[in-house]
Amino acid sequence: MPRRLASSLSDEVLEHVFSFIQSDKDRNVVSAVCKSWYEIERWCRRKIFVGNCYAVSPKMVIRRFPQVRSIELKGKPHFADFNLVPDGWGGYVLQWITEMAGAYPWLDEIRLKRMVVTDESLELIAKSFKDFKVLVLASCEGFSTDGLAAIAASCKNLRELDLRESEVDDSSVHWLSHFPETYTSMVSLNISCLGSGEVSFSALERLVSRCPNLRSLKLNRAVPLDKTANILRLAPQLVEFSTCTYSAELRSDVFSNLAGAFSNCKELRSLSGFWDVVPDYLPAIYSVCSRLTSLNLSYATIQSPDLIKLASHCPSLQHLLVLDYTEDSGLEALASNSKDLQELRVFPSDPFDAEPNASLTEQGLVAVSLGCPKLQSVLYFCRRMSNAALVTIAQNRPNLTRFRLCIIEPKTADYLTGEPFGVGFGAIVEHCKDLIRLSLSGLLTDCVFEYIGKYAKKLEMLSVAFAGDSDLGLHHVLSGCESLRKLEIRDCPFGDKALLTNAAKLETMRSLWMSSCSVSFEACKLLSQKMPRLNVEVIDERGPPDSRPENYTVDKLYIYRSVAGPRFDMPPFVWTKDEDLALRLSP
Amino acid sequence: MQGGGGGGSESGSMSTVSRDENMVVSSEDSSCPDESGLELGLGLSLGGGGGGGGGGRQGGGFKMHHVSKGGPYARILTAKDFPSSSLSSSSSSSSSSPSLSKANVTAGTKRTAESVAVAANGSSQVVGWPPIRAYRMNSMVNQAKVLTMENHKKETSMVENSSIGGYRNDGNTKLKKSTFVKVNMDGTPIGRKVDLNAHESYEKLAKTLEDMFLETAPSVNPSGSTALQLDMLNRMTRHSKLLDGSSDFVLTYEDKEGDWMLVGDVPWEMFLTSVKRLRIMRKSEATGLAPR
Repeated sequence: MPRRLASSLSDEVLEHVFSFIQSDKDRNVVSAVCKSWYEIERWCRRKIFVGNCYAVSPKMVIRRFPQVRSIELKGKPHFADFNLVPDGWGGYVLQWITEMAGAYPWLDEIRLKRMVVTDESLELIAKSFKDFKVLVLASCEGFSTDGLAAIAASCKNLRELDLRESEVDDSSVHWLSHFPETYTSMVSLNISCLGSGEVSFSALERLVSRCPNLRSLKLNRAVPLDKTANILRLAPQLVEFSTCTYSAELRSDVFSNLAGAFSNCKELRSLSGFWDVVPDYLPAIYSVCSRLTSLNLSYATIQSPDLIKLASHCPSLQHLLVLDYTEDSGLEALASNSKDLQELRVFPSDPFDAEPNASLTEQGLVAVSLGCPKLQSVLYFCRRMSNAALVTIAQNRPNLTRFRLCIIEPKTADYLTGEPFGVGFGAIVEHCKDLIRLSLSGLLTDCVFEYIGKYAKKLEMLSVAFAGDSDLGLHHVLSGCESLRKLEIRDCPFGDKALLTNAAKLETMRSLWMSSCSVSFEACKLLSQKMPRLNVEVIDERGPPDSRPENYTVDKLYIYRSVAGPRFDMPPFVWTKDEDLALRLSP
Repeated sequence: MQGGGGGGSESGSMSTVSRDENMVVSSEDSSCPDESGLELGLGLSLGGGGGGGGGGRQGGGFKMHHVSKGGPYARILTAKDFPSSSLSSSSSSSSSSPSLSKANVTAGTKRTAESVAVAANGSSQVVGWPPIRAYRMNSMVNQAKVLTMENHKKETSMVENSSIGGYRNDGNTKLKKSTFVKVNMDGTPIGRKVDLNAHESYEKLAKTLEDMFLETAPSVNPSGSTALQLDMLNRMTRHSKLLDGSSDFVLTYEDKEGDWMLVGDVPWEMFLTSVKRLRIMRKSEATGLAPR
């Protein structure tokens, strides 16, 4: 009887059951039960997430999942955000769009991160997918307002257009005006990355006024303050809003207009922007502060007293992003006012100055850790830290899931004891059993990696810089961290041994990045030969690695698992096995 | 390539920015468990007989170790397995003077010229460090520029722009460099930075500095504070103590020629073009400065 159970349920019933299973992991498990479940599941999977666009080819995805409606792709490795990946490395989306245009006429959602998107790709999206609804381009580049104009003109049912942190070229086209007058479906619009020439304010106003479902609006910074009030009055139903530039001079008429407009917005829960804000304007938002759950002041150069005052009005805050101008005193005030805080990010206002320009130390973070019981996610830039502080944080906040600490000067030791931070980060990984993301900094020996390998069993992403003494450090991580998916390392003395010993581990991970470490090209070739399902890319702009002495180490190394084999769009500075090299060099 | 070698002794692009390189090489983390028993002398198997072009040069046979959950993670090779290796693997990697790790560390302290640039203020800058997104960095640079543009546009352009219906960069604004200057106060170790363009007068600047440096508690009703402090905290008065001489401190600035002057002598715009940094100086030390 049990053997026939799988086939005794009709396909339609199974499909209906599967429709309740949304997560990719669960779907993958379901598809592995038996052949018939695999078949049923693949026909009804609607959402695909590809964490590395080179891990699989579009044809393979289409072959297995013929009826996809929503796709998310990620391209360049994370360190591309910090200019460590040379231009032209890859991450092109055009081939994906071309293949999907033919195979998925009903595709309605495309989400891309760190990919190169061209106007051609955008035009193809605009004309291929009749019911297109969601376009998210996060940290993308390669397109201009021409491409946006095509989207605006053709996608009648577009609900979401989010260009967060992308680089958009200005082609001087009034792309916003390309939304026809009959278009009314916008729900979420994020154009905060656009420059001043790229948004016609009157077109924006008209668009906002005819989209009654608009919930999230993030303007670009060039929209002046007096216009902000107009926009808000047109869209009092907004839940998320990013302001634009505040002028440098307080004008009472502008202020009261703005305050009035904000007070109309009863649904507002998230505010960001605040570029160049002058503190005198902040009270204009006080009326919405009590309901705010998310506040991004990380572009606002306001000082601690104003921030303290603002924070005292926001008891419901769950997410706060802020500059180090907030200082320890600001964070202490936050700790006593905002008991629902889940996420804190503190960015440096002047990262390149050797001396601190704001009184922000480890004390601020300790205060928030002690005072905010729901704190889960931390990103903290500071100039000094102690093991004692880290231990305190770890013991008081075992519920931390993301902990990223950046002590600005590399290899800074514990300022109280002069010791490395093995004990401190060791406490973090030991106590925070659900930690999935960790970034290390400061003076670190191999010791910290032993702790990480021993305790960080749920860790999925680890970022390491200027740390460790030897291959043993890397070995601890690769052999101990069972859940590791992404490992990125720069400027550490990790070399061939740890890599080659743990070659098999690399197939269980999405990717490994190593730059300015001690890996030789020979080891890369060896790894590549023995592990055919890994793409081993040596990124080196200094010339063919083969032409240098044998023990010369590679500049950058990016290793990722792939079922698609080597990619065909590698630029000249990416080197792989000998055969490819010979092909490349032949005339 | 030597068998199992970590890139040999000539490798090195590990950038060392800290001035305390000695501490890096010699520091011990004494809380870490003793690792003297564990050596890392591992390599990759080439299957039967060495295979491939690189096989012969590897010297000796190696074994590939598959990582399995919970099982031992490596077969430890010792110096005997590498008869031709020039790397001594007899030391432990985490003790104070391991030859293997020392080779890596000292080799690694060579800094490649490309990846490090020394910034004008003397601190070394490494590519991509600190890890701040390019988007955010560009915003920080643009912040100063936009403030400059705003100042140029003050009264007239608001009206113009609303009639055009769009806000466009008029292209004839000059872009100045950053308007943040450092401020230090005698007796306070940590300096601050203040944006001069966010203030249009000496009074405003002095108020900001008083709030930053002379305020003892952030609360609105400080108990036990002196009359002087209460006065400063009171935002209704626009009267600056730093400027009128009634405080124990005076506000001074260093100009382009390197001279220290009392703030307030020259017109505000002229001050903006010549100020390099500010200092809140004890009155007793401010003798010999140009009088008001």
